[in-house]
Amino acid sequence: MPVLARWIEAAGIPTVVVTMMPAVAEERRAPRIVGVEFPYGHPFGMPHDKAMQRRVLELALRVLGGAASSGTRVDFDTEWPVPLREAYKSWQPKVPSPIVRKLLEARSQAST
Amino acid sequence: MIVDSYRFLPRSFRPFYEGRGPFPGEESPVWAPFEKRLSASRIALLTSAGVYIKESQPTFDLEREDANPEWGDPTWRVIPATARPEDFAFAHLHINPEDMLADPEIALPLRGLAELVDEGVVGGSVADHVAVMGYQDRELEDWRRTTAPEIVAHLREQGADGLILAPA
Repeated sequence: MPVLARWIEAAGIPTVVVTMMPAVAEERRAPRIVGVEFPYGHPFGMPHDKAMQRRVLELALRVLGGAASSGTRVDFDTEWPVPLREAYKSWQPKVPSPIVRKLLEARSQAST
Repeated sequence: MIVDSYRFLPRSFRPFYEGRGPFPGEESPVWAPFEKRLSASRIALLTSAGVYIKESQPTFDLEREDANPEWGDPTWRVIPATARPEDFAFAHLHINPEDMLADPEIALPLRGLAELVDEGVVGGSVADHVAVMGYQDRELEDWRRTTAPEIVAHLREQGADGLILAPA
């Protein structure tokens, strides 16, 4: 996604990436980054929490419209309101993705 | 606060993301200045949650990904700003879609943006936003060659002054 942002930016359209992994977006040289410490699948926050979603969107717009140079990163200063163990589990798919399944199979073959 | 980029990631996945540096050929900074006031700008959204419109659009190809786990569907969908929460479906094998189905605004804040437009904070929203499925093959060849240029052409046609991308 940071690379897609770069290609769009290079074509002349300003971009901001709202991401759970701002360190990765920085490494990938995304031009504008908003970091959120949220579980995957929740870049704008908690379901039905309109106030939280709005604050993330406003920060994204502020960084999009106001960042002065490429590589600008601003992190959203709010902790995820669900206990870590629960949130960690609930974002993950019920069935492992094909690539995870493949990696797990490879690992179990290696250990037998 | 400095966000911990790996807080919700299983520890064994971390090496796939951390310390990999720039994407090959994408080392130098890119920059398109945002020159207008927000209140005079038209904004577009892009989600990588594999969103599509149930009634009128095909899903992303998860069967092929299942058969070939290194591959991800590189196509994209147009999501009308007027789409209702019940119009959405999500095709993404790497995340649990329950919360997004309950409230799609957490991935694609169409209503949130519309409110800011109504209030005059933002000048406007494009008529048609963009959705992709974020799990892609490592080289991103189809995205680079086809998807990205198509999305750029679409955003120009929509008169977008800026784009907010949100990975799932």
